[in-house]
Amino acid sequence: MYSTLVRRGLALFASVALAAGAAACSGGDSPGSKPKADVPGVTDTEILVGTHMPLTGPASAGYSKIAPASKAFFDFVNANGGVHGRKINYKIMDDGYNPANTQTVVRQLVQQDKVFAILNGLGTPTHTGVLDFLKTNKVPDLFVASGSRSWNQPDKYPGTFGFQTNYTVEGKILANHVKNTYAGKKVCFLGQNDDFGRDSLAGVEKILGATGLADKQTYVVTTPNVGPQIGSFKAKGCEVVILATVPGFTALSLGTAARLQYKPQFVVSSVGGDYNTLSRQLGEAKGLIEGLVGAFYLPLYTQVDDPWIKLFQKVNTEYNKGVDFDGNIIYGMSVAYLFVQVLQAAGKDLTRESLIAAVEKGGYVGPGLAPVRYSKTDHSGYGGERMITVTGGVQSFFGPAYETDDGDGPVKEYSAAQAQPPANGLPTS
Amino acid sequence: MTTDRMPTLLRHLGFAAVAGLALFALTYTLEPFRNFQLATIGAYLCATAGLTVLTGLNGQLSLGHGALMAVGAYTVALCQNAFADANILGGEVLYVSLGLGVLTTIVVGLIVGLAAARLRGPYLAGVTLAVSVVISAVTTIWSDVFNSDQGLSVYLEPPPDYLTMEQWQAWLALGAALLVMFLLANVIRSRFGRQFRAVRDDEVAARLAGINIARTQVLAFTVSAAGAGLGGGILAVITQAVSPSAYSLVLSLNLLLAVVVGGLGSLAGAVWGSALLVLLPDLAHTASEQLSLSPAAALRLEGNLPLAIFGLTLIVVMIAAPGGIQGLVRRLIGGRR
Repeated sequence: MYSTLVRRGLALFASVALAAGAAACSGGDSPGSKPKADVPGVTDTEILVGTHMPLTGPASAGYSKIAPASKAFFDFVNANGGVHGRKINYKIMDDGYNPANTQTVVRQLVQQDKVFAILNGLGTPTHTGVLDFLKTNKVPDLFVASGSRSWNQPDKYPGTFGFQTNYTVEGKILANHVKNTYAGKKVCFLGQNDDFGRDSLAGVEKILGATGLADKQTYVVTTPNVGPQIGSFKAKGCEVVILATVPGFTALSLGTAARLQYKPQFVVSSVGGDYNTLSRQLGEAKGLIEGLVGAFYLPLYTQVDDPWIKLFQKVNTEYNKGVDFDGNIIYGMSVAYLFVQVLQAAGKDLTRESLIAAVEKGGYVGPGLAPVRYSKTDHSGYGGERMITVTGGVQSFFGPAYETDDGDGPVKEYSAAQAQPPANGLPTS
Repeated sequence: MTTDRMPTLLRHLGFAAVAGLALFALTYTLEPFRNFQLATIGAYLCATAGLTVLTGLNGQLSLGHGALMAVGAYTVALCQNAFADANILGGEVLYVSLGLGVLTTIVVGLIVGLAAARLRGPYLAGVTLAVSVVISAVTTIWSDVFNSDQGLSVYLEPPPDYLTMEQWQAWLALGAALLVMFLLANVIRSRFGRQFRAVRDDEVAARLAGINIARTQVLAFTVSAAGAGLGGGILAVITQAVSPSAYSLVLSLNLLLAVVVGGLGSLAGAVWGSALLVLLPDLAHTASEQLSLSPAAALRLEGNLPLAIFGLTLIVVMIAAPGGIQGLVRRLIGGRR
């Protein structure tokens, strides 16, 4: 009996000691000068920013390159004097695309590392879970890496901002192209069974009408088979199929249709339309991608003469060890470019409030092909896209860029010329 | 019998009270993030304590405890959201939801337990493995209710004014963990506990002694499921979200790993294991940050290095202390049983 007591007591003591030890370890402050006005993560010489990304696990393919690319761009800016004399320190945490991990790593960033802001946290299911936490702690939550409409709720989440063209806007633009180009043809839709597919479908139906689709199907990521869905499209005689799919399921849809001797015109979301990714997935069958129509809001890596691509490639070579240049690198660097612009605009006396105010001031022009729309009432980000297609194994833009909103507004041509990067490549506000 | 049991009960009560007070004091000294980690340890402990009784004392291996946690978590999420929609508000509602979560998990645990009691060894592992895998399929098929892979968010009332969010989470989780530990400690020392062990050691001998094997096994599974259900419910509350990927097979394997590394069959071992599950990845991450690597190597190792350190530590623990951490502790304090 005595020994049980000792044993239990010891176990308790040990677990308390362990927790206390862990707490004691955590006291270390980052080196550097004193904080200016008690703004978390900001000193006279440094700004600490954090993110959560899938660096490991099934979702990490491709996405794991985004944050290092952003970091490389920050290193480029830091090497040229930083922003208002401060260097940007970007802390990347791996959440493996598991919402439970996201909870932990974001708390660690905010409460332990005391980051100034969260930048470009990736994923709808992962980031949705930390919205309330970030709001409660008044942490700016900039440029979430997902096209869900959830990020654009200024009343509910005043500190959260989206970045990429949201899925509804994209759905409207894709449907607009379908309506104009394939008038009178039977149109069908395949979407992922979550916000991505649902928001996209909402956009498509805003243009084609609630009865404009001959068939609507969904898939789930955990079941890698779209045979029944594609079979149904074939049986119903769909001539155009709009896909709100991730790359793996775009490839699967193209492959399944080919196996069924079924050749509709596929029109795909920017999420699952990257040629490089698709051709890697399809391997020898990559000929199936020929003629695939999609849309995008940033320059393509195939545009080697584009000044933005030249800039990003230079930064990639010098600060990112020249890793394989693709859409993920462009994405990461575009996010970093916009963030530096916002920091410039927020001025020398950087606070969380001044950062939010700077984003809401809006008017930022960068590498994108569509307007970036930030205001007090709009936290959405890019508001349009330009159509792309694959010809001879090369993905390229065609036609004008379009802009629209995620409500009932019309899809309009966006005619403003694409901005040029500054000569030295350093963002200004 | 009665005279013998009263002191046990009192002793466990006293112990729980002391532990409760110590942990209560601890939540005031810890930083918010450490309190969150403490809460996570509490949530895992509810499940690992049950699992160590099932696997260590009753000899039934379960790869499905992550899924049982998911049952508790989804029930709590659905109840909380339904109560909020029906405008039934107030702090007490949460305890009703948690109670319903435990009840639902008990029912599911009973069903799985009935099947499990007929199976042995790898077949048992197979059935519980299937339970783990089926969760994401269920959330997909009834996606209107469970919202597929994206999962649900959990409606929560703000914590009482005198507590921070993290302190409240820690109190809730530790309270639940202490309750589970207290109840299980009593079960282990009771007639049921002795029957669990008898069945584990020799089924024929146990049957000759008049023990109903199947009923004992089902009971052990159900008790263990209740712990997992409460743990899952608590985890849903402290993370304010549930999704299939948070309760995948990996979680089930981690729970099993925790009880084995902590020391199979011992409640103290479950404490070690749960603490390790939460703190080791964190420590590994910190350790990997201390290493200065070339950018190219860093790019490749980022995220992977903590996993490698985690794995290596586990291998070392298993080699150095096959009886788990609690076995090592017992050896160190002088060969007491």
